Amino acid sequence: MDKAKIEIENLNLYFGKQQILKNVCAVIPENKITVIMGPSGCGKTTLMKSLNRLTDLNPEAKVSGRILIDGLDILHTDKNIALIRKKMGLLAQRPYPLPMNIYNNIAYGLRISGRRKKRFLDKRVEHYLRQASLWEEVKDRLKEPAGKLSIGQQQRLCLARGLAVDPDIILADEPTSALDPISSQVIEGKFNELKNNYTIVLVTHILRQAKRLADYVIFMYMGEVIEQGSAHEIFDNPQQQMTKDYLKGIFY
Amino acid sequence: MKNKKVYEEKFFRVLMLLSTLIIATALVLIIFSVLYKGFPALSWEMLTQVPKGGFYFGREGGILNAIVGSVYLSTGATVLAISIGLPLALYMNIHLVRKGKLVNILRFILDLLWGVPSIVYGAFGFAVMIYFGVRVSLLAGTITVTLFIIPIMVRAMDEVLKSVPVGLLESSLSLGSTRAETAYRVFFRQCLPGLSTAVLLSFGRAIGDAASILFTAGFTDYIPTSLSQPTATLPLSIFFQLSSPIPQVQERAYASAVVLIIIILLTSTLSRMFSSKYQNNKINF
Repeated sequence: MDKAKIEIENLNLYFGKQQILKNVCAVIPENKITVIMGPSGCGKTTLMKSLNRLTDLNPEAKVSGRILIDGLDILHTDKNIALIRKKMGLLAQRPYPLPMNIYNNIAYGLRISGRRKKRFLDKRVEHYLRQASLWEEVKDRLKEPAGKLSIGQQQRLCLARGLAVDPDIILADEPTSALDPISSQVIEGKFNELKNNYTIVLVTHILRQAKRLADYVIFMYMGEVIEQGSAHEIFDNPQQQMTKDYLKGIFY
Repeated sequence: MKNKKVYEEKFFRVLMLLSTLIIATALVLIIFSVLYKGFPALSWEMLTQVPKGGFYFGREGGILNAIVGSVYLSTGATVLAISIGLPLALYMNIHLVRKGKLVNILRFILDLLWGVPSIVYGAFGFAVMIYFGVRVSLLAGTITVTLFIIPIMVRAMDEVLKSVPVGLLESSLSLGSTRAETAYRVFFRQCLPGLSTAVLLSFGRAIGDAASILFTAGFTDYIPTSLSQPTATLPLSIFFQLSSPIPQVQERAYASAVVLIIIILLTSTLSRMFSSKYQNNKINF
């Protein structure tokens, strides 16, 4: 087993009276792609959002249990939540670029952490746009509003923006679900490169995508973790009947 | 069956056309009658002089006192209302996002306040003034009008901010921004066109309202030179001078109405130009 980056212990989460996550225990290894898969409504997204406490935004959410990131329990800590969130880049189901130009979308995260020198910002913006394979397409129009980019480009911009704040972890919630096949391929390819330096948590319901990318798999159903292990174990030799059925496409 | 649908469609089309016509006719008639009576009264003297010999009886002079007074009062009130209303609207939509119930109560109270007639604000302002021994003045009028337009401004801003998808809030927070940074750097920019419309709406209400300033700002022939002096305003200039038996005084009332309409038209055009400049960066989700 690789070194653990995130450890989730007995995580229970309620929205009002409805229990979304039931006693979830999982380990997410460092510098690997961990795929959380399962049918719609099984709590994948909620589990991912609780990792950087975006569940705080839901008025009805009640959370108990522990989530250790590098050994720090982020559910019970005095540490500034903004600093914890900065450690995790988020890629949502559809891109949410900031209402500013392309350049400032990347520079925003750097500026709020106090980096304001123009030469430094210029360099970083180019670096991260290159990392997200977007530089060649936008280098001549950095001052244009980000909303003018295509959805696929916007998603790569969001990836670049997330990387620019120098996180350790990338949380990706079905990041290709709104994208065309080519943009999806670019994002997937990027993930395979990025996993050398980042811990990637990918939520997906596309089984083929999971098989292409996963090093490690967490399979969820109805808010419970049914089975978890390396991709090889889960895809080639699943232990639970439910996992076998899901992989065969018997239930959805 | 097919026929029935065709008639139904026709019926509603005619209905909508009729409603549009009624509104348009009413608007044209109002503007036309004001311009018809007011335009002849507009002259250089009218716009650059204060009334001479008292605003109710004096045949000479113009409405400069009311123009300047109205601009002072409503600009002051709008600036005050922005500095209270904008933070409140942002706070409700970003910091209080977890406290849905509290925000709904706030919205309900603001809606109630929106519905309170402006004369009640005037009476309230007057009562407070008597308590503190303050006379009718530009300051008292400005504060009363501020109170009157804050609910309007906050709710109009709130409706704009409410429409921002939660994904943008999540994105901004995951970049490590605090809620205040999210509010003033992200939501503010995303909503700038809508927010400036809210400000304009409030300015329009501020400059057009007569009842709230009747007891609080008073009326005078002169241009105020300090906050503690009473001030004339365009709506009250119409109210007081239209009832005069002297035609020259009545003319001043109509001229005030024309100037009021022009000011409102001008600010709305300017604010649209201003907001379309920033429309650029808005993301269409």
